[in-house]
Amino acid sequence: MASYILRRLIQALPVFLGVTFVVFLLLYLTPGDPVELFLEKGGRASPEEIERLRQELGLDRPFLEQYGQFVLGIFRGDLGRSIVHRRPVSQLIWERLPATVELTLVASSIALLVGIPSGVIAAVRRNTLFDATATLVSLAGVSLPGFWLGLILIVIFSVTLKIFPAAGRISFAMDLAPGTGFLLLDALLQGNWAAFGDVLRHLILPALATCGGMMAMTMRLTRSSLLETLHQEYVQTARAKGAPERRVVLRHALRNALLPVVTAIALNLGALLGGNMVVEAVFGWPGLGRLTVEAVKTRDYPLVQGCVLVYALTYVILNLLADLSYAYLDPRVSHRGRE
Amino acid sequence: MTGRVWRTFRRNRLALLGGVIVLLLSLGAMLAPWISPHDPTKGELPNRLQPPGSWGGKLYLFGTDNLGRDVFARVLHGGRVSLALGLIVVGVSGVIGVVAGLVSGYAGGWVDTVIQRLVDVLLAFPYLVVAIALMGIFGPGFVNMVVALAFKEWVIPCRIVRSEVLVFKNSAFVEAARAAGASPFRILFRHLLPNVLPGAIVVATLRVGWVVLMEASLSFLGLGIQPPQPSWGTIIADGRDFLFRAWWISTFPGIAIFLFVLGMNLLGEGLRDALDPRLSRMPIPE
Repeated sequence: MASYILRRLIQALPVFLGVTFVVFLLLYLTPGDPVELFLEKGGRASPEEIERLRQELGLDRPFLEQYGQFVLGIFRGDLGRSIVHRRPVSQLIWERLPATVELTLVASSIALLVGIPSGVIAAVRRNTLFDATATLVSLAGVSLPGFWLGLILIVIFSVTLKIFPAAGRISFAMDLAPGTGFLLLDALLQGNWAAFGDVLRHLILPALATCGGMMAMTMRLTRSSLLETLHQEYVQTARAKGAPERRVVLRHALRNALLPVVTAIALNLGALLGGNMVVEAVFGWPGLGRLTVEAVKTRDYPLVQGCVLVYALTYVILNLLADLSYAYLDPRVSHRGRE
Repeated sequence: MTGRVWRTFRRNRLALLGGVIVLLLSLGAMLAPWISPHDPTKGELPNRLQPPGSWGGKLYLFGTDNLGRDVFARVLHGGRVSLALGLIVVGVSGVIGVVAGLVSGYAGGWVDTVIQRLVDVLLAFPYLVVAIALMGIFGPGFVNMVVALAFKEWVIPCRIVRSEVLVFKNSAFVEAARAAGASPFRILFRHLLPNVLPGAIVVATLRVGWVVLMEASLSFLGLGIQPPQPSWGTIIADGRDFLFRAWWISTFPGIAIFLFVLGMNLLGEGLRDALDPRLSRMPIPE
């Protein structure tokens, strides 16, 4: 197992370097002089000042040295300074990250809570009306534009029925002391139930708007994976021993069927994180997605660079964790490479 | 072979339904200049924010927007932009991806390693994130959007084609061609290509819907197609500020996107089951 972890870490290294290189190129290839972009926002400057700023930003060094500095900076947590906000990029990202992660976790929880059971029922009752309906609904789920669904949900539940708020993470009137940045967690830790309910109410609509794709994927994967395991010998054995069908499905088959589902979900969390961007814009959600879009619109390139990097590295890390957990759950995986 | 494929496909009612939906929407988009009752970009201010089915000299089937423009005409014309973009991006990426996949799988060795690591790196970037960043650098516009979306899209056909090539690479007909002295170029394009093409077509069909969704997202954020030119995404964005008074502006283009993507997915899955059942076991990455 230890050697597998090591091998997997070494494999991830070129991808990490590749990702950082692409992100670095993003800024390097941007038309226009970054120094002028800096000054554009801050007024006029003399040629000496421009030269000084150029040196400060390391722009007078050769290409590879600049890239090296960039990678070293990542390890130090230094992603440069935002042109618009005049603050370190890493600070800005840290402030916005919890909102996005919280939304993603709630959305994926909904997706799993609906996706896995309906996938199980669809597999057990194969070729029934439920199966057909679930398949069609899940296809519809992938085909819906999340941001449009968000707008429709706002019209129905915020404007017409006035059940859920249309924007933001928490009501202005709500009193919640700052903490981890994960508002649900903060409210729980402070025992502030009023705030907890309020935050949850703010989360529901954006979470519903984002969870469609993952729900559909979970349902379809659970269904096909369970159908496959139901034909395995150990399941037949359990049946032959007279175990009740319910036990056969839930205890014997489902446990193994969920393995590929778990990996796929971990991988998709990264995609979900990126997919949230537009939904964040719809709901005025103060997360990483909105920060990225604002940065692109204000041509705040160092901030764009930092955001893109965080998205990509999250994917690389999730990918790694998925592989490792898969190897842990199924020992055959870590041995396969040695044959 | 075509007879068998068509018979399997025809039995699949959902796939046929998908095909009909896609056909109708594509016809509407292609014929937009002739069948659209109003000009999509010229509004009549006295007729602003009229609900669906109102009359302003001619019928406003889907109502009008805040500038008095006909939403039906805009959805039809918007479809031209959205569908053209979807087809072009998938087409361009398909050609790049198929060639890269063929070479990667057949050459093996360091060529394969380099191409596949590049694929790994690009897969790490969420689709929309990389497209948004590139649009920020290139600036808005149709061609820039094609480049920004194709930047990652080619990776998907590349992966699938490569894994198919690995299956065929050591089969008898390739061995025979090699023994007969066929050049690698000839083996790739005369012998392997016809075998991986069905898979590539299935993948392309399944991807068009996704690309249309991405175009809509970019345009909705104001980073894609620019007003006054309509695309399905920009019309939804136009209607956003009028959701409370005029729900129809954003609703109809959204339904158009939904139906088109759903139709494309149904069609793609039907094609997959008929053409290349093996593919259903291969997850298509995002």
